[in-house]
Amino acid sequence: MRATVAVRPKPGILDPQGEAVRGSLKHLGFEVTETRVGRLVELELEATDPEAARREVERMCEQLLANPLIETFDIEIAT
Amino acid sequence: MTESARAPRPRIGVVTFPGSNDDRDAVHAFGLLGADARLVWHAEEELPRLDAVVLPGGFSYGDYLRCGAIARFAPVMHAVADFAADGGPVLGICNGFQVLCEAGLLPGVLRPNASLSFVCRDVPLRVENARTPFTTRCEAGQRLVISVKHGEGCWTYPEDELEALEASGQIVLRYEPEANPNGSLADVAGVVNAAGNVMGLMPHPEHAVDPLLGSPDGCLILGSLVDAARARMAVAA
Repeated sequence: MRATVAVRPKPGILDPQGEAVRGSLKHLGFEVTETRVGRLVELELEATDPEAARREVERMCEQLLANPLIETFDIEIAT
Repeated sequence: MTESARAPRPRIGVVTFPGSNDDRDAVHAFGLLGADARLVWHAEEELPRLDAVVLPGGFSYGDYLRCGAIARFAPVMHAVADFAADGGPVLGICNGFQVLCEAGLLPGVLRPNASLSFVCRDVPLRVENARTPFTTRCEAGQRLVISVKHGEGCWTYPEDELEALEASGQIVLRYEPEANPNGSLADVAGVVNAAGNVMGLMPHPEHAVDPLLGSPDGCLILGSLVDAARARMAVAA
């Protein structure tokens, strides 16, 4: 079973990386009003029950994959 | 700089993680200040008898995921947390500060510099709280010049909770406002935990122990810790 975790900078948290990317996009002629840069973590799991897998990945996020002070996370489970 | 050889030499352990690179500088600096400093390998599950612990600068585990996020799971960190819970003084410098924040031993988190550039220069600091074990040799309001060298030093904390931290004296060092090298909230350069025995700072006091290197002001921070370690040693004896 595969899990995909999207870790994003929390709303309101200054994202200098996103700002730099937005500046470069603008330089290329693209009009973008906001850019936020996060991180994608792909996990292969041995679990067979999607709900159990989701709970386990939530614990991974809380303990390591995201820092709750500055980041949010979304989990997708694909069987 | 060498302090009296007759004063008891407190034992200060400097943890080496894979990727630490200021560990030997810290041992050297504490040696100059009259401590018996030694390296402690990150894989150790127990600490030797120590009077203070230092987590040094560097790039532990390549700063993978978030700086300090992996190092906090090093075997030695359980022992460091126990040492801190017992009231032992713990100082995190730069990457060590990042590790202590990720481990939940210090408030906040260090994010990439607002400029996205690695910054390496001397910065002026102001001592906000001179009553911590890390600043007893300083005076409140004193100006120190100590170098920084980091890419992720932007200390971040919920803004609505900052006032409580300030009120409890947990903001120990600030950059002078026009000299903030990383965009940290409220120009914070160093914080202490609520109990007052765990401190982290982005500047490198171990690189400021000799006027030849630009400034001896780091001695005030590290020397304060040597004093605190010596006091703990006397209690334990």
